[in-house]
Order: sequence, then structure tokens, then C-alpha cells
Amino acid sequence: MLTKRIIPCLDVKNGKVVKGVQFKNHRIVGDPIKLAAKYSEENADELVFYDIYSSVESKSVSLSWINDIAQNINIPFCVAGGIKNIKKAKEVLYMGADKVSINTPAIENPELITELAKTFGSQCVVIGIDSFFNQKNYVVHAKTGSTKSRYEVGKNTLDWVKEVQDRGAGEIVLNCMNRDGVKEGYDIDQLAMIREVCKVPLIASGGAGEKEHFKKVFKISNVDGALAASVFHDNKISIEELKNYLKKQKIGVRK
Amino acid sequence: MIAVIDCGGANLRSVSYALENLNIDYQICKKKEQVINSSAMIIPGVGAAKNVMNNLKKQNFINIIKEYKKPVLGICVGMQIFYEFSEEEDQKCLGLIPGKIKRFNKNNLTIPHMGWNEVIFNDDSFNECNGYYYFANSYYADVNKFTVGKCSYGNTFSAFVRKDNFFGVQFHPEKSSKKGSKFLMQFLKQL
Repeated sequence: MLTKRIIPCLDVKNGKVVKGVQFKNHRIVGDPIKLAAKYSEENADELVFYDIYSSVESKSVSLSWINDIAQNINIPFCVAGGIKNIKKAKEVLYMGADKVSINTPAIENPELITELAKTFGSQCVVIGIDSFFNQKNYVVHAKTGSTKSRYEVGKNTLDWVKEVQDRGAGEIVLNCMNRDGVKEGYDIDQLAMIREVCKVPLIASGGAGEKEHFKKVFKISNVDGALAASVFHDNKISIEELKNYLKKQKIGVRK
Repeated sequence: MIAVIDCGGANLRSVSYALENLNIDYQICKKKEQVINSSAMIIPGVGAAKNVMNNLKKQNFINIIKEYKKPVLGICVGMQIFYEFSEEEDQKCLGLIPGKIKRFNKNNLTIPHMGWNEVIFNDDSFNECNGYYYFANSYYADVNKFTVGKCSYGNTFSAFVRKDNFFGVQFHPEKSSKKGSKFLMQFLKQL
């Protein structure tokens, strides 16, 4: 049976792993290579590295650290942030990343998704979606790396999910912005609604605080993976402990 | 020396690092002359079968692979091209193993088949390798008489195939943590 994936997300800024609350007030939590090796050792199923600086400052990810990660861990990892074209995606993938995750550049140029899927195969192409509930609808936001740059793009999340998968996205990471960093649980309802139309792997992001949150998002929203940052970085939950718990709840996980 | 064939797949580096971490001597090969002194060959494949086949043709590797007598390990699409045909862009493949590559097509399945799935081995040399491996595939090979490792996603499919000196895995041993390293070590024991 295909197991549910537990995915620590490491936000990288100036070569350090950082974490903020609702995209603000970033504080340093560690060294990317050390944390990657630690999570890999603890049986994390995959890692996501999100280069905040590249994304916000319109600068591209420095590639040498990707190579360092590839050299030091042997589980799959995805790189996000500042990947705006085929050339950059190719560089990141050839440095040893297994997937690239595209968010704002896909919104600004949806054709990029099609081209990436054709060039590298859908399995390499992850689309990150920042979805915000504006008390009426779930809508897509772009440039969410800082509050100054952030804007609503005028797309419904559901429509955008359909479009990106039609264009060849191999996976969708849905970040539920209202929940990000607040540790009150994943947005179960929104994720369940998206699951209905999402035929590619769906990864939940935003809101993990307790082990029960993971159980709920797997059992109710039926996502393929759950992404989390601070609960792991702060050692609030260890991956081993989480997987033991999920196994007891009869959720298939790799041990 | 293990010849790692550069056939345009993006996982070349991951495969190289996996070998380095096992202290295995390898060379990335772009030309057929480079494989002459090798003791085994690895064909890492990521992307589409057509792309991999075209790259192998361009580099004149087709006959080298077919006539190679030492162990060959095909990974993912590197395995798929051992079969006769791939439904992905209707690509004719090497025909070393009978059968064709098909797309997962059950309605309730999310595709690609992405993540860690369990492989049960049925080969005396690999029976201790049972466990979870990392997959990222939309296409698969049916179980046939050369299948020596099975996996299940919608239906049972071939995760590890072995015919003569050709070994093929649908999963990525280079990305499958300790299990993957163990599998690679077992493969290298076949030399």
C-alpha cells in the first residue's frame, strides 16, 4: 500500500532555516543540511526547501546548497522559491533536487507548468498554492513571502487546482493561509473539498500543531501527505513518535 | 568501475551520490567507449521513455546495452525501456524483456504513483530487501514470469524484474534511504 507522507518543510533564508508566523517575523531555527540529515534519519518521507529570500527578492536560489543536500540525504526533496523558467528548473533538478515547486511564477505564466511537465515529466513538477479564505470564498494569493508583496490574484482556489493539473502538475501543495503557523490544525474542510477534484497527489500545508491534526487530515481530507515546519523544528512532535501514533490509528505510514 | 549512463535523466547526481556513499567506484558515461572497462552498468531514468530512448540512440548506446554481458541495473524509466513498448508517447523500447509499459488508469487512483510503497521480493539474492521504497511513476509493467519483486497500486505491478544479466527496478533505490542502499549493495554483490 502507498503510505501517507510526512514532509518537514524547511524555510531557507540566507542559508539558514527560519520560521515565521503567517509569513512574518522570521527567526532562525537551524542549519539546512544538519536538519535535513536529522529528519532523514528519523524517517521523514520527503523534505521541502523553500527559499524565502529568492522568492521575495526576485533572486534565484543559490545552487550549491542543493548539491550539499543531495550529497547528504537519500530521501526525495523538493526545492521551491524563485524558479521562474525552464532553465532555472533544470539547474535545480540537475543539482540533485527531485522536484521543483512553483507558485507565483505559475500564476503569472501558467504555460510554464505545461512546459515543465513536458520537459521533465509531471513527477518533477509540484505546484504550490496559497489559498486564503476571505470569509466568502477560497481564493489564490501570490507573492506571499512578505505582507508587502502579497496580493490576491483573482482566481478561485478550486479553479486553479483544476487548471494546474490539466496543465500537467504532478503534485499540489495546498497551503491554507488562514492556518499557517497558528497550530490549530489543518483546514480539513477546504482540503476535503479540493481532494474531490484533485487527481494528482495532494499535500496539506498550514496549521499542524498536534499529532491529532495529522490523523484528521489523512482520515477526513484523504490527502497524500502532510507538510509541517515548526512542530518538527521546535521538537514538539518527533517524526518517529508521530508515525507510531498514526500507525496505531490504522493509517499506513513507512516505518 | 560501474558505468552510470548519462541518458538525460535528472537523477544522475542522486545515483552518483548513492554510489559514492557506498564507496563504489563509478564513472558517468556519455560515450560508448567509456563503458568498456566497467563491471556493471546503471541506467538511471527520469522523465519519459521517448526522451531516454532518444538519448541512448544519439549516444550509440542501444547495441552496447543489448550486447552487454555483465549486470545492468535500470532504474524507473531505465527499467521501463527494457520492455518491448511503452504506451507513454507510443515508444518502441529495447525489447529485452517481453511485455509493455502501461499507464495506471483506475478512476480512484491519484497519478503519479508518488511516495513510499511496499515491495515484496521473490528472489533468493534479494529476499532480505523487503520493505518500503520510493516511487514516482505514472506508468508500470505488469507482473510477468521475470518479475522478482511485486508492489501494489490499484493492481499488482512489477517493482523488480530480472532476466539474464538485466535487473530493473520501478522504484528509486538512490532515494529510498537505508533500504535503497541495501538494495544497491545486493545488486553490486551480483558482480
